[in-house]
Amino acid sequence: MELVCPAGNLPALKSAVDHGAGAVYIGFRDDTNARHFAGLNFTDRQMEEGIRYAHARGVRVFVAINTYPQAAGWPRWQAAVERAAGLGVDALIAADVGVLDHACERAPDLHRHLSVQGSATSAEAIRFYHRHFDIRRVVLPRVLSLRQLRRVVLDSPVPVEVFGFGSLCVMVEGRCLLSSYVTGQSPNTCGVCSPASAVRWEETPAGRESRLNGVLIDRYGPGEHAAYPTLCKGRFEVRGQTGYAIEQPTSLNTLALLPELAEMGVAAIKIEGRQRSPAYVAQVTRVWRAALDACARDPAGFRPRPDWQAVLQSVSEGAQTTFGAYHRSWQ
Amino acid sequence: MNMNDTHSPASMPGLALGPVLYHWPRETVLDFYAMVADSPAEIVYLGETVCAKRRSLRRDDWLALARELAAAGKEVVFSSLALIEADSELRSLRRLCEDDAFTIEANDMAAVSILEERGLPFVAGATLNLYHPRSIAVLARAGMRRWVMPLELSRRAFADIRAALPETVASEVFAFGRLPLAYSARCFTARAHDLPKDDCQLRCLDDPDGLLLKTREGDDFLVLNGIQTQSARSFNLMAAEVTGPPPADVLRLSPQSRHMPAILAAFDDWRHGRAGGRELAARLEDLLPSGSCNGYWLGEAGMQRLPMPAAQA
Repeated sequence: MELVCPAGNLPALKSAVDHGAGAVYIGFRDDTNARHFAGLNFTDRQMEEGIRYAHARGVRVFVAINTYPQAAGWPRWQAAVERAAGLGVDALIAADVGVLDHACERAPDLHRHLSVQGSATSAEAIRFYHRHFDIRRVVLPRVLSLRQLRRVVLDSPVPVEVFGFGSLCVMVEGRCLLSSYVTGQSPNTCGVCSPASAVRWEETPAGRESRLNGVLIDRYGPGEHAAYPTLCKGRFEVRGQTGYAIEQPTSLNTLALLPELAEMGVAAIKIEGRQRSPAYVAQVTRVWRAALDACARDPAGFRPRPDWQAVLQSVSEGAQTTFGAYHRSWQ
Repeated sequence: MNMNDTHSPASMPGLALGPVLYHWPRETVLDFYAMVADSPAEIVYLGETVCAKRRSLRRDDWLALARELAAAGKEVVFSSLALIEADSELRSLRRLCEDDAFTIEANDMAAVSILEERGLPFVAGATLNLYHPRSIAVLARAGMRRWVMPLELSRRAFADIRAALPETVASEVFAFGRLPLAYSARCFTARAHDLPKDDCQLRCLDDPDGLLLKTREGDDFLVLNGIQTQSARSFNLMAAEVTGPPPADVLRLSPQSRHMPAILAAFDDWRHGRAGGRELAARLEDLLPSGSCNGYWLGEAGMQRLPMPAAQA
């Protein structure tokens, strides 16, 4: 299985390459990708250097152009596809059918992967993208159980990439407008979720409060660890009870499932976190490289080592991890 | 408003009643559609789009209902499930798409794939994420005859797209109701009842307009509807357009459990120019479970209720 690692900047890309990534995925410095955060991503020159660095060490580079353009911004997405092709990246990760169509026409030799933002959860949906755009790989949303995943891998016309580790979107990627409902900006339209520009922290007599465009996302008592106010991970009141009504701050960690994922034929494991530091990329890449190698050597005897899990735990959101949709309570 | 019609700029928009997004008991559903048969809506979307476990009506019940509504002069469209996970759901989708007696609203690319291969025309639901003319052109080639605008787009984006819409494709905008904002593998209603999803006991039956989620300071914020999360506020297009409906071919009203006849009548008055948006929106305000919003259409955060823009001279 190929290990696909995130890189939000050149140092992170080098970290990923140096610690055992099989491929890194990156984005341009604008709203054409789903991690459009201040100070993140690559200029063309940095991308050129990153590609050179990775290719010299046998590592592939994918570029995410995976938001949904609107008519007014369309030339920016067109140009991004052509720039990526010109820079010699190994694949384009796209969600929008218009972007994919444009890529087929203007950069036919550039491999196309369907982004997780494309929300394809069944082999039948994947067939549509394969038929129209000859995609070479699909990244699945974090919604399927192992049994459902097995079925999709079996029936899919193209190799399947799944998320292995990182911040967890509890909603189907590409199908969540919560952020634009509250702030006007969403992953689909702007490449952001719960953007920092809309966040406000306040010390009040009731506790420390986090707000997103004025909406109270959470309130913390003394000694409680305060998390970034991603709006689906706040505490709210439902049926008279206050708690994490949608999802708690937690990270997906499927390390223990590696032999099963390998056996069913999953082609690649994706690590989330282009917004994270080069140190995070180094730590997580090193652990997953070691785990993948151990799993390949002896799948039957594979057990996640406690020191691996400790590292992953330490860099997890809320210092907690979950199997996500692979867990029974979700099914 | 027929699927074969092409869009013409000056004509009055058709009224469509979206699929019922909640889990209602069988009798409630049947009573509701008996009302709809006599309503001014020309288009009726039927079927379950949120959760395959909801089976108040069986396939034959839905087909019988569809035939009755068609006999009452309605264009009937079956809406497909928005999130396909299990093999059984894919099989149901195939069965739905096999029957060419009624048009399908495709809410997932799996449905598009099947319908395209069968050569059947379809309505492209808002969850297909068709945000601009190039992506619309791709789906038009695959058989899309009506495009439903993604909910988060503005009147400006609508105008840009409409200007470039192929002749064979009509336009539809979400004009009323709590906004279906997100889908998940998780059932948040079951979670609120501390039940696993595979033993949910269909508790969504308790809440005919979904389960309200409030902020810790008591503001109505979102609504949990099984695996779907909605806005608490109801979007109302009439509260955003002073001079009358925008030049869409179809306006979609999403059902709520009460007051739908009054809501349908208000939109009918609006499109006929019998009353203005400001007056009608004010009239509806008391009929909404958690107030209204209009932000998306005006290019702002969706939850906003902005003052109506001044009428254009």
